[in-house]
Amino acid sequence: MSLTDALDIRAGENAHLILRRATVLDPVAGIDAVHDVVVRDGEVAGLAGPGEADAEGAEVVAAEGLHAFPAFFDPHVHLRTPGHEHKEDVETGTRAAAAGGYCGILAMANTQPPVSTAADVSALREQARAGASVTVGFLATVTKAMAGSELTEMVELREAGAVGFSDDGLPITDAGVMRRALQYQHLCGGNIALHEEDPRLSRDGAMHEGPVSAALGVAGIPSVSESTMVARDAALAGYENARIHVQHLSAAESVEAVRAAKAAGVMISAEASPHHLCLTDEAVRSLDPHRAKMNPPLREERDRQALIEGLRDGTVECIATDHAPHQPEEKDVPFEQAAMGVTGLETAFAALHTELVLPGVIDLSLLVERLAGGAAPFDLERPTLAPGSEANVVLCDLGAEWTVGEDGYESRSANSWCADQTLTGRVLMTVAAGQVAFRLRSFSLGVAA
Amino acid sequence: MKHLLSIEQLSRGEIEAILDRAESFAEVGRRDIKKVPTLRGRTVVSLFYESSTRTSSSFDLAAKRLSADLISVKAAGSSVEKGESLKDTVATLSAYDPAAIVIRHPYAGAAQMVAGWTPAAVVNAGDGKHEHPSQALLDVYTLRRRLGSLEGIRIWIVGDVLHSRVARSNLIAFARMGAEVTVCGPPTLIPRGIEELGCEVSYSLDGVEEAEVVYALRMQQERMSESFVPSLREYAANFQIDTRRLNPRQLLMHPGPVNRGVELSGEAIDSPQSLIAEQVAAGLVVRMAILYELLAGGEGGKTANQGEGSQPTPIGTPA
Repeated sequence: MSLTDALDIRAGENAHLILRRATVLDPVAGIDAVHDVVVRDGEVAGLAGPGEADAEGAEVVAAEGLHAFPAFFDPHVHLRTPGHEHKEDVETGTRAAAAGGYCGILAMANTQPPVSTAADVSALREQARAGASVTVGFLATVTKAMAGSELTEMVELREAGAVGFSDDGLPITDAGVMRRALQYQHLCGGNIALHEEDPRLSRDGAMHEGPVSAALGVAGIPSVSESTMVARDAALAGYENARIHVQHLSAAESVEAVRAAKAAGVMISAEASPHHLCLTDEAVRSLDPHRAKMNPPLREERDRQALIEGLRDGTVECIATDHAPHQPEEKDVPFEQAAMGVTGLETAFAALHTELVLPGVIDLSLLVERLAGGAAPFDLERPTLAPGSEANVVLCDLGAEWTVGEDGYESRSANSWCADQTLTGRVLMTVAAGQVAFRLRSFSLGVAA
Repeated sequence: MKHLLSIEQLSRGEIEAILDRAESFAEVGRRDIKKVPTLRGRTVVSLFYESSTRTSSSFDLAAKRLSADLISVKAAGSSVEKGESLKDTVATLSAYDPAAIVIRHPYAGAAQMVAGWTPAAVVNAGDGKHEHPSQALLDVYTLRRRLGSLEGIRIWIVGDVLHSRVARSNLIAFARMGAEVTVCGPPTLIPRGIEELGCEVSYSLDGVEEAEVVYALRMQQERMSESFVPSLREYAANFQIDTRRLNPRQLLMHPGPVNRGVELSGEAIDSPQSLIAEQVAAGLVVRMAILYELLAGGEGGKTANQGEGSQPTPIGTPA
């Protein structure tokens, strides 16, 4: 299904744009050339030769030297509504997404109260139609109140429009409950996204267990807390011929478990977050709760390398930010007491471009592909620039340097893991479902001149 | 040195400077009038979020011996119980313009955060299971007095290393002073990766006879319920330091409070080779030295607060 068929966005005017002489890169569609990108009537109307598109009635964007990609899709965002609107809501969260080059996101269900009934889903969809800058889909919880013991009314939730299911924030520790959910998937459909963690192994851990936690005296969360649960659920999914999506992989052993499951034919997909791809537990040495406290925790260099290898060989098909807004009072406390999570929507592309593409660790085309790879696991059409497809386009300046947070954030929260860092590569404009969702202010002024 | 937040941040030279200063305060302690006017007119806040006898009383007495005004705040009975955040509590106390804040907190990194919120010098009196630098300094001081130098000395730290800030600070301090450190305990209580701090790891007391110093850690009752060890009896059978395990040439240390009959036998505690009482006595002079170094030492006595009465007076001038 296309994003607009399955997800919700505020109704608005379709853009009529020409991105003149943009360098167009869509690795999946096999496009890598300079074109005039024509956006009209909600579609990529065409890719004309450079300078050839008819400007009649269109806004022309001078895009020479700039890159146009299929806009990104994030299957893992915390919009914090209902219940924690002081951290984020549909409007601010989707603005942040648009500023990061995303045309669509999936919102997690661990709100207050959790999204567990058809009425919850309907109310959120209505909010999205009223105020979302990009397309939004909502997941519902797998278990009632995320208590891990009884399944939600999954058929009714799907009928109300839940894109899939997740108890993210908490694992489903009871293997029997997990198995029932997988069996029930044959009736209700919808992928099940899993936060993999064995709380009996992670206990009161606040960071990765290893030499750094030993030095800091902070209780550790061992890698096997994640990887044993990935292996368990892969086995259950294989046994029930059901489908799972593993969220925020962090450990080398987990990547290996997903790889082995895929090789065995299990229907399993996986995501990794920008912070796990860029940082290790060395970042925790400072005990700075603002940037380095999240769950799963930042792990070691070997884990980071395993995630990168997973991106390369397709074990990890998508990058998901796990955008988790928090207010300063939850972070201005000692590390172990601080809330888990960092924001990431506005910086994902720039951070990964700076940390992985510029040093030559991965190709630009792989990054672009994986940043839009989060749609397919949820039966959504991958954003593409192929003519005739829904217009989901991001325009980037790969040479632009900027400092994270210098102009504030679109998100209501400022707990960015890369705050104050200077990054190279900047989103200038985002088109989501045919509408202009974001323009960088300074860039717009430049165009007018 | 503006703050004392960890041993990790101290060089060997900085450690030695504090110990040398402590030696001079030991001399003051032998006089009839044990008080010096060094910090007269200046304020020291002692802020304890955890219970403590030795550390809080010796910091308090150290501040008084230096003639500072002392505000002693315990979490129990204070606005902390009303839900005030650490940041707000520190802001409130900073309004009194203290020269130093001595803080004990149950979580790692707390002292470091406080240092970012106040113009006062901050002394970490224990942050979670992270560090306890003043304990490590007094232990090095005690050993240096006894042995002259720690260079090449073999020290075994025995017990619940996982939950011990003393173990972490001490192993760093001992190693920095040239000692060879082994940490010893059941595998469940030795943190994974600790050897990267520069120590050996042993899961049994075999070989402890090679050590010149045995440093026993407190074994807490609540570790039993979490299955770290099956019983205190089994722990004591394998790891208790008693006079049979201790040879007469070895020195015995413990940060206190001791569980008699668990990590140490009563006989060992009371034996002449036990330095436990000396450690407590060292706590006072070392903590005086820490306050002195932060508030009156360093570059010609320059300090953050140069208000009236802030000029340090040399040691030896009677109060």
